[in-house]
Parts: sequence; structure tokens; C-alpha cells
Amino acid sequence: MNDSMLKEKGSVAAEAFHVESSQNVKFRISNMDLHYGTFHALKNINMEVPEQMVTAFIGPSGCGKSTLLKSLNRMNDLIPECKITGEILLDGQNIYDPSTDVNLLRKRVGMVFQKPNPFPMSIYDNIAYGPRTHGIRSRAKLDEIVEKSLTDAALFEEVKDDLNKSAMSISGGQQQRLCIARCLAVEPDVILMDEPTSALDPISTSRIEDLVLDLKKQYTIIIVTHNMQQATRISDITAFFLLGDMIEMAPTANLFANPKDRRTENYITGRFG
Amino acid sequence: MRGIFLFSACVCIIAVAMICIFLFANGIPFFRKFSLWSFLTGQQWSPLREIFGIMPMIIGSFYITIGAVLLASPIGILTAVFMTYFSNEGINRFMKPSVALLAGIPSVVYGFFGMMLLVPLTKDLLNLSSGKCVLVASVLLAIMVLPTIIQTSAAALSAVPSNYYEGSLALGATHEYSVLHVMIPAARPGILSGVVLGIGRAIGETTAVIMVAGNQARMPQGITKGIRTLTVNIMMEMGYAADVHRDSLIATGVVLFVIVLCINSIFSYINRRRVIQ
Amino acid sequence: MKSIDKSNSIRKGSAPPHTGSIAFKFVTYLCAALTIFALASIVIYIFVQGIPNFFFYDESGALHFKSSLFDLKYTTDNVSMFHAILNTVYMTALALLISVPLGVFGGIYLAEYAKPDSKLVKVVRVTSETLAGLPSIIYGLFGMLFFVNAIGWGFSLLAGAFTLAIMVLPVILRQTEESLLSVPRSYREGSLALGAGKLRTTMRIVLPVATPGILAAVLLSIGRIVGETAALIYTSGIVAKVCVSPLDSGRTLAVHLYQLQQEGLHLGEAFAVAVVLLIVVVIMNAVSSKAAKKLSSKG
Repeated sequence: MNDSMLKEKGSVAAEAFHVESSQNVKFRISNMDLHYGTFHALKNINMEVPEQMVTAFIGPSGCGKSTLLKSLNRMNDLIPECKITGEILLDGQNIYDPSTDVNLLRKRVGMVFQKPNPFPMSIYDNIAYGPRTHGIRSRAKLDEIVEKSLTDAALFEEVKDDLNKSAMSISGGQQQRLCIARCLAVEPDVILMDEPTSALDPISTSRIEDLVLDLKKQYTIIIVTHNMQQATRISDITAFFLLGDMIEMAPTANLFANPKDRRTENYITGRFG
Repeated sequence: MRGIFLFSACVCIIAVAMICIFLFANGIPFFRKFSLWSFLTGQQWSPLREIFGIMPMIIGSFYITIGAVLLASPIGILTAVFMTYFSNEGINRFMKPSVALLAGIPSVVYGFFGMMLLVPLTKDLLNLSSGKCVLVASVLLAIMVLPTIIQTSAAALSAVPSNYYEGSLALGATHEYSVLHVMIPAARPGILSGVVLGIGRAIGETTAVIMVAGNQARMPQGITKGIRTLTVNIMMEMGYAADVHRDSLIATGVVLFVIVLCINSIFSYINRRRVIQ
Repeated sequence: MKSIDKSNSIRKGSAPPHTGSIAFKFVTYLCAALTIFALASIVIYIFVQGIPNFFFYDESGALHFKSSLFDLKYTTDNVSMFHAILNTVYMTALALLISVPLGVFGGIYLAEYAKPDSKLVKVVRVTSETLAGLPSIIYGLFGMLFFVNAIGWGFSLLAGAFTLAIMVLPVILRQTEESLLSVPRSYREGSLALGAGKLRTTMRIVLPVATPGILAAVLLSIGRIVGETAALIYTSGIVAKVCVSPLDSGRTLAVHLYQLQQEGLHLGEAFAVAVVLLIVVVIMNAVSSKAAKKLSSKG
């Protein structure tokens, strides 16, 4: 990476992207910094994520996009050296406020991981796990939720004949859709996706991309991706990160056609990656 | 030199073969005179009258083994859960050596502790004529088997992939719920094999049991009464047994040997299944 | 869509408290406490009852250490444990002398010379697992039938040592094999590439790296040997005197404790022996975990 490509700090500062007044702000992040021990992983992040749209985080490895994603459902709490300052508001409530119930937060903000991680149980039990955790016991209700979640995740037709089959016995692409269905079963508002297709083959990838385009009608989706073409295909808004800073955030078409920052342009055109 | 190495590796095979040969060779003459069936099912043990029935001892062995394992399994598994998921480094720096210490205490010291403290205590608390009974033996054996179950369960729990845990948390489940409903079930084969290992240890214990179980050679008569196990049967009478009596004790050894082999095969089978999974 | 909970709030208290979680957490703490309680009761009881027996008051009321407990010759007056200590050391040394070379050499064969899928390896593994699971009384029985009677050594230290050697052999064998297998391939390749033969490579390069693990297994075995009773009563016997030759019969510390308890006359001295045994176990465990730490820091 050439030094000149990085130097443009201060020239075109991270233009604060504002959500249009016709839309709701789902997440408002203000002056957020994140440290792993002494390493400053995220620097003064300010952004607004709109409701019921797909927002993509792009940037080279190590730029902080996954770290920011994991902060939105407080999975970073699992790392003891991680310190966060600033504010992250979900529908106006600060998720880092001490009075926040973190389990309720994670119910509303679901996550799909990079590597599919179904539990070593049957397909049915995987999906029913979330609802059961939150108090649903009736078999009839669970059956209904399982079928709906699998349908919404475009997996039902493929597995409906044997829901008691072990989740470990289906293909990687199917496992990832299972994880999405599992996430949908707890009825979140937001779905966080951390490079969900990077471990999958092209056909599974395109099926999941179609799924995302379908899901955004009901859910707010934030997706971290290494694949810029994927970002252009499925996202409405894109934010570009570099070395812990958010450089630029704009409607996807605008960002890719007309990037305002040199660094964004260099990344998009492949000068570094 | 390679020959020496090869021979050394084969010593285990030779040893097992020899044990089998000597036990069975010395035991077979007994079974020519007394039927195996009446030996195994006979409820009376009177060596002086040449009546040899070891059913009371077989039941006695299983009685205290099951009692010990029933006590030790939940406590042991949950202690392992505590050490893996609820404790911290500071507490574990104290707990791990403690469990290792429990594992290393000699059986004779356990037996002595049982006899000097537990037996009189039970006698007073429950108003018995003698404190040497199934209850005390089971409790003592449970303490002896506890470290085995704790150590194997802890190993099994640590080996469960952490992404199961993360997946469960991300769905909004609490830490405790995730441990109970995802991590422990995933570790089930390893935990189970630990319990079977514990059963094997309990059924083979001699010195501790002989000091607290009462050792009456009759059918078990209740949890507050004494019983005799197969192991104790051999150890108690070997010192003065002669001829047929001695052969009967060797025959008891053969029965014990077969029982332990069966338990060990179950253990290996469970472990093999775990690898396949 | 939002049928599970109507409220949008993520504040604490918006959802009913997870009583199951609190109860479960409490139960695990309880079990851990019970475990520690069991250990504490044994250790504290033995020490509290045992330590006073190492001392006595003379006529003037002064406190003295009861050195008669460590007299060389056992009499019913001094109830000395010294003979048992010496026999234990003697027995341990003999048993290790037999089992360690066999176990280490056997482990070397399994790890370095045998083909990975050979039948022999499988059979050795099965038999060593079997041996490891056998009750000590079976070992005692076999030891008596074979070493004492068939070979004709009679009740002797030698019979006991051989019996115990077979008992600890599987542990040393398995640990040697595992420790050797965990030595990186690059070490062997480097040595062979310099022209050193397989034997030299194994003994000079690989084995030293595996030594901490093997040492840990040896220490564990010492613990087992020192604590063993059932396997020794009918092989090395219960005579209360120091063994001069390996064919002499004599009791070890554990057997000594058992005999004292059986006789029932000198329970105070018995507690003292129990204290000594516990201290030995504690020291063995401490040294063994130091060796294990050295293994993990090297690996």
C-alpha cells in the first residue's frame, strides 16, 4: 500500500451521511472509539444506519468493519480487553447503557456468522432453540415458527421431509440458510451479517444474496463484505472503512460511481485491497 | 536395538495374556467341581461347609458402585461445569490442584478416614448398632470417584467448539442457558465415558471398602446394613484360605476380571463413537 | 411480526427474570463447594488427628518430637514407621527400575518404529488400556499366583515390585508414546538430514524433548506405587522389618497403615502414618505439575 494513497487525511473528511427525513434511523453511532488493549481499532465513528435497508461495510482486512458489526449486538463483550467509548443508539436507546438487558438486545439484533455454526442438534431443534430460550413452549406454536422461519430463509422446501435430521448432515450453503432461519425465528428487527457467503460456493452465495434482497423488506440488514461486487449487487448504502476510520458513507450507486475520497477511489479501483 | 523396543512394547500384551492364563488356569479346576451357575447365583457363602455362592457379593459390588456413581456424577459433572464456564483463573488455580490431590490420596487413607470419622458419625446420627454400612461405603467411594468424573468431564467440556456458544449468545440466550442447553449436550459422550471410567474404578476398589462396608457375606439388607463386595471377598480370606476355599477365591477373581473387562469395552465403545461424531 | 414481545424496550427488567439461569448457576457453585468440602474434611481431619502424634510431653511438661517413631527397628513400643518408609523407597525404586525402561522403550517402538496402522499397535493399545483398568486386587492375586508361588520367590519385595511394575507400565507406555508423538517432525528431519541414524535421532534429539511428559507420568506412577495396598499384601507381605535383600518380605507405608488399623491398638501412630502419606502425595503432585508446566512452556 503506497503512502500517498493513505495520506489524504483532512482533505475530504468523513462526510457524515445523514438518513433522509422520510426514513427512520435504526442505529445512531456517535463518537464511538474501540480499543483492544492498547490497539485503537475504531476511531471516532459517527454514522446513521437507516431502517429496512441493506447497509454494507467494506474495506481491506483489519480495517475494523467486523469489529464495528460485533459492537452492534455487543458480542465484543466476550473479549475482556475490549473497551468502547461513545454512544450507540438503537431506536434511541443506548445499547451500552448499564441498564440495558444484553440478552434482549441480542434478541432484537440477530447475527449470522462467517462460518455456518449450526448446533449439533436436529434442524427443528436448531430453529426452535431461540424461541424456546425466550419462553415459547407450545409444540404447535414452535412448529409454526419453524416452518415460517425455514420458508423465509428459502430452505423449507429442501428439508421439510425430515426436520429431525441432524443439522450437521446438510450442505454448507444449506447450513448457512439454516443459521439465517434460526436468526429469523426469534423475530429480530436487525440482522447483522459478517461475511456470510465468504465460506460458500458461488451458487449458494447467489441464493443467499437473493434472500437478503427479500429480507430487507422487513428487516434492517447490515452486511460486512470483502466482495465489492456483492456490495453493489445487494446493498442500498455502503460505508468504506480503512485502518479503524470510517472514510466515506453514501448510497451505494453514488459511492461506487462517484467516490468523494481518494482513498475510497483507490480501494474501489483495486489499487490496494 | 529395535528388537528391544519391540519386545518392550509387547510386554503389555504378554502381561495381559499371563494374567488371563494364570487366573483362568487356577480358576478352572474349581469350576470342574462346582457349577458356574450355582457359583454365580448361590446366595450363601460358607467356605467351611464348601458352599460357595457369590451372588451376595455381586449384588454388594453393584449396590455400592451404583450408589457411589449416582452421588458422584451430578456433583462431579456440575463441578466440571463450574470450573469450565463459571469460575475464573484465580479460582481454578486453586481448584485444579485440589481435584488432583483428591485423585492422588491413597485408598488406605480414604478407608482410614472413613473408618475413623464417617463410620462413628453415621452410627450416632442414624442410631445404628454399627456404622459400617452401604451408605458410608457409597459416600466414601463417591468421594474417591469424584476426581475421575471431574477431570474427564472438564476435558470434554473444554473440547466443545466455542462457536456453538457464540451462536447461542447471538440468539439472545443467557450464558447459563447456553451452557446447559448447548455446551453440556455437545460434551455428552466425553462426560459419559468419564462416568463409565468412574464405575470401573468404583467396582475395583478394595482397601477403602474393606474398612467401612461391614463385610458380612450375606444378601444386602438395606442401606444402613453392611455388605461385602467381590473385591473384599478375595482380600479378606486369601490370607488363610486353603485348597478348595482358595480356588473359590481365585474363581471370584475370574468373575471380577470378566465384569471389569465388560465395563472397559463399554468405555472404549463410547470413546470410539465420540471420535466418529 | 413482533409477536414474541410487544415492548420495544431493551432495558433490564423488560423481560421476566431468567430464574432457571440463576438456579443453575447456584447449583454449579454448590457442587464445586461440596467437592472442596470433601477434600478439606479429609485433609484437615487427618492432619488434626495425626500431627499431635508426632510429639509428646515429658515429665517436666516440655514438648518433644517423637523421634522413636523413626527408629530403625520396629517394636511394639515405638511402633516405628521407619522400616515402612525404607521399604517403600526400596520398592518404588525397584518397580520403576523395571517399568520405566520397559515403558519408555515400548513407547519408542510405538511412536517411532511401528507403522501407523499396524495391527500390533492396536493390540498393544487395547491390552494396555485393559491393564490400566484392572482392580489392584486382581494384580495382587496374579502376583501371588505367579511371582510368589509359580516362580517361587515367596512373599518378597521382588514379587511386589514386579506386580506394581505391571500395574504402572501402561501409564508410562501411553505417556511416552504421546510425548514422543507431540515432538515436531522437523526435529527428526533435521537430525536425519545431517546423516544421524534413526536410533541416534530418537535417543539424542527426540527423547530429551519428550522427557518432561514422561517424567510427569513417572511421578504419577510413584504416587500410585506409594499408595498401593491390595496388590502388596499378598505379594510383598506384611512383615514389619526393613528388607535387606529383594527376596525379603516387608511392608510399605500404605500396608503399614492398613495393618495398624487392622490391629486396632496403635491408632495414634496410624494417624501419623496417614499424615506422612498425605504429605508425600502433596509433594508428588506439586512436583508433577511443575514438570507439566515445563512441558507446556517448551511445547
